[in-house]
Amino acid sequence: MPNIELTVNGTPRRAEVEGRTLLVELLRDGLGLTGTHVGCDTSQCGACVVIVAGKAVKSCTLLAVQADGESVTTIEGLASGDALHPIQAAFHEHHALQCGFCTPGMIMATVDMIERHDARLDEATIRHELEGNLCRCTGYHNIVKAIQAASDAIAASKSQGVQVDA
Amino acid sequence: MREFVYHRPLSLAEAERLFAASAEGRYLSGGMTLIPTMKQGLATPVDLVDLGRLPELKMLLVEDGYLVVGAATTHTEVQTSPIVADAIPALADLAGQIGDPHVRHRGTIGGSIANNDPAADYPAAVLALGATIETSRRTLPAEEFFQGMFSTALEEGEIVTRIRFPIPERAAYRKFSNPASRYAMAGVFVAMLGDGEVRVAVTGAGQDGVFRASEMEDALSAELNPAEIEAIVVDPATMLSDLHGSAAYRANLVKVMAKRAVADLLA
Ligand SMILES: Cc1cc2nc3c(=O)[nH]c(=O)nc-3n(C[C@H](O)[C@H](O)[C@H](O)COP(=O)(O)OP(=O)(O)OC[C@H]3O[C@@H](n4cnc5c(N)ncnc54)[C@H](O)[C@@H]3O)c2cc1C
Ligand code: FES
Ligand code: FES
Repeated sequence: MPNIELTVNGTPRRAEVEGRTLLVELLRDGLGLTGTHVGCDTSQCGACVVIVAGKAVKSCTLLAVQADGESVTTIEGLASGDALHPIQAAFHEHHALQCGFCTPGMIMATVDMIERHDARLDEATIRHELEGNLCRCTGYHNIVKAIQAASDAIAASKSQGVQVDA
Repeated sequence: MREFVYHRPLSLAEAERLFAASAEGRYLSGGMTLIPTMKQGLATPVDLVDLGRLPELKMLLVEDGYLVVGAATTHTEVQTSPIVADAIPALADLAGQIGDPHVRHRGTIGGSIANNDPAADYPAAVLALGATIETSRRTLPAEEFFQGMFSTALEEGEIVTRIRFPIPERAAYRKFSNPASRYAMAGVFVAMLGDGEVRVAVTGAGQDGVFRASEMEDALSAELNPAEIEAIVVDPATMLSDLHGSAAYRANLVKVMAKRAVADLLA
């Protein structure tokens, strides 16, 4: 069985996996990180989204061996201690979750979305970007509001950072 | 998922050797089509040969009037590359309409054309632009490469290495997405080449997969205007029909998308 090494939420991990082990299976069953969910069998729902090598991917459609040598960030890697990540805080603040099943995938997709757009998101872009994430509670309206708020908050903290530097 | 042996070759030659040594080998690129298929038990390779880290498949450059795209280039890379935006912006636009961000981060152009799904987007651009497909063994024009639904000229073990796109004068792609899957219900790529020739390719709609709309090409080569599409008859007998849309619906959609693409191209 292949031996792989990855950095998961900042910690180096080694694992022996089968070729057919999906990344989501390694995360949940192998490493006990059960925040990443599986919601579909068709690679469409996005409940399993994690960040691999800086990019959002569907961990149900990636073999663990394909992530060998890469860094992986899951929902468990966002908060620092008791302090929620600004995106988690925005989801909480704006009631962007009902049952919460889609939430980890939504939040990891948001991390990637904000990064790629450098926190310059408008509503149309957010809605378009959410194409790969489904919420069976249909909480989209508040999810979009939360993402907008998180994006604005991150943009504001960045521009403050620039002023301090300058 | 059925058990298999995973291989990660470091060169094209090694990949072909591993494939040849297997009774039932399969190449893996982005995995966005193959892994779901394997999860459903519809593909059961004994050896899975991962092309994801081959340097021969990684490139994106302009050379002698051609945009050369390595097979392992992801949809996101095509969508965001300044080289593509400069050479063929319609191609970047097309790549950005594939699936969703997470699929685009992994899915590749090589995997898309090797798979030749009748509803995939890239085949329309490859055919309309008259691109050539380079493989580990030979070079094929797009017309010969695509051979009907899910079927290509690729032989057992042959690997798509790069796609060479002639840079057109202008081009545009318009797609009507299936509201659930985002695959094309009808996608039309229109390209005006340097010599004034207009080429039109249609994906998502035809029974035999991607095809060139030659009547539209003739009409648009004579006069490049969306109004030229109006009189053209798209025969529903050649169109796909399924629960998402009837053949007549798709025939109409092809004309609507063609008109929009021509209008974009003139804008
Ligand atoms: C939710 C979802 C939505 C999607 N929406 C769209 C859409 O709107 N439009 C669209 O066009 N596509 C869509 N796709 C498909 C996506 O674009 C795939 O990435 C693509 O079809 C396959 O590329 P891949 O790199 O993932 O290939 P893989 O899945 O790894 O491989 C596909 C096939 O090609 C073969 N292969 C791969 N690379 C090579 C090569 N270099 N040489 C020879 N054979 C090779 C493999 O053996 C396999 O048979 C969607 C997929 C998903 C999961
Ligand atoms: S569980 Fe991965 S996309 Fe649905
Ligand atoms: S909150 Fe229940 S699935 Fe989205």
